[in-house]
Amino acid sequence: MARMKFLCDADRCIECNACVTACKNENEVPWGINRRRVVTINDGKPGERSVSMACMHCTDAPCQAVCPVDAFYTTADAVVLHSKDICIGCGYCFYACPFGAPQYPRVGNFGSRGKMDKCTYCGGGPEQDSTMAEYEKYGANRLAEGKLPLCAEMCSTKSLLAGDGDIIAQIYKERVVKRGYGSGAWGWKTAYRETITS
Amino acid sequence: MTKLFSKLRIVLAALMLLALAAFSYPVAAQQQPSSVNPQADSVNEQQLLQQFKTIQGRGSIPDTKSYTIEQPAGRDWRHFHEVTLRWIGAVAILGVLAVLIIFYLSRGMVRIESGRSGHTIVRFNAAERFVHWMTATCFIILALSGLNITFGKPLLLPLMSPEAFTAWSEWAKYAHNYLSFPFTLGVILIFFMWIAGNIPNRVDVEWFKRGGGMVGHDHPPAERFNGGQKAVYWIVVLGGTAAAVSGYALIFPFYGTDIENMQSATMVHGIIAMLFIAAMLGHIYIGTIGMEGAFEAMGEGTVDINWAKEHHALWLEQERARAESNPSQRQPAATPGE
Repeated sequence: MARMKFLCDADRCIECNACVTACKNENEVPWGINRRRVVTINDGKPGERSVSMACMHCTDAPCQAVCPVDAFYTTADAVVLHSKDICIGCGYCFYACPFGAPQYPRVGNFGSRGKMDKCTYCGGGPEQDSTMAEYEKYGANRLAEGKLPLCAEMCSTKSLLAGDGDIIAQIYKERVVKRGYGSGAWGWKTAYRETITS
Repeated sequence: MTKLFSKLRIVLAALMLLALAAFSYPVAAQQQPSSVNPQADSVNEQQLLQQFKTIQGRGSIPDTKSYTIEQPAGRDWRHFHEVTLRWIGAVAILGVLAVLIIFYLSRGMVRIESGRSGHTIVRFNAAERFVHWMTATCFIILALSGLNITFGKPLLLPLMSPEAFTAWSEWAKYAHNYLSFPFTLGVILIFFMWIAGNIPNRVDVEWFKRGGGMVGHDHPPAERFNGGQKAVYWIVVLGGTAAAVSGYALIFPFYGTDIENMQSATMVHGIIAMLFIAAMLGHIYIGTIGMEGAFEAMGEGTVDINWAKEHHALWLEQERARAESNPSQRQPAATPGE
């Protein structure tokens, strides 16, 4: 089995937001929820850099650990998914998540956040694969069709990579060697307790 | 003729391409060895994390929370919630329970030594009892629904189906959120209602020195509230305030707070709550099986004269003095006061 990961090569991200749009469209993500977003650090200043961020599908995921009702599960591909039938919308996963991935349909006053929504690595949820019930709650299940997440597939500069961790790390390493510089795999140390050294 | 021309065109095009490649090659070759890093001055992940603990930027969606792309502190918060808080809760609550059980087994119920006189005196009026029980009922539900968030997964979930546990936890969450309002109101009312009798004074020092009469058969004199009761009062007022303030920060998430504040609020709320529950176990013990004649005070509102004599001698004197100066009242003061 593969160990699925995301890798954002921040040296190539041009903040076009195609990944955000692709995700919203492919998964019919409700208004107000962004499973993926692009954030620009030092926007408009020297040293500006953009990073596309979503759920990193952490090793030993903090959201899964803190969930008081055990709504999360990790698939054989190491994709972190959750059940909206079990979620009580307490918001704890958002406090634990190092990447701000969990999203809620409502503001949250008086504990009424609604069921949590987050990036599924285009892998659906606990429902039967590729069913309408799964699509309505979790969006597309491209993994079941043998496809990778659409955000990375759509990336115009191939900044965002998705796939088996070893393979995308290898691609990134080769890139760094060839062009002579690289700012590292953003979030990898926090998510997977490892960095890519080239 | 046209065929010849088209062939010539292809050859010409091929020649031009070759020439182009030949010219451009040296340029490309020059770039390769001394590659300049155009991002040399750009921000670096490790630097940012060392400097700010979080990585923040600017996004293009209204949700400003999403502008924080990395906050490794979430991992520390997870450790607190999954390990530290459970230890604090288990040690505090089980510790107090163990002490109470050992105390009960060795000391037993504190009896009214001179027996019941059959005459009673009003200790808490209806309004006081209503406020007490409103706060107490809310507290018990808040405590159980709160403990469910910390201990429900390891202790309760294995006993039921995940769906049943979710249904219970969701109701517990709503109860926790909405009952916080009457609870907070109760704490405020308790503060004003009993503040006059709960200012620590010299009598309390003496009372504590003599062990509050819990050990042996001593009965140190006390006013309306003894040193232990004053301690409970201040635990409720201060602990309740801290729990309410941190709780309302959580119930209105990200209203002027950031992720760090929210994490701190859950930590403060959790620790205060665990200690609060442990302290209230002691209060419940002494008010029920710990002492004969104590529950009546908050149950029916009246206590036996002999109980008052043994546990609140100074208060009884004050009440009697007041009754004498005001003979229209048969019972010594309907609203025992300060």
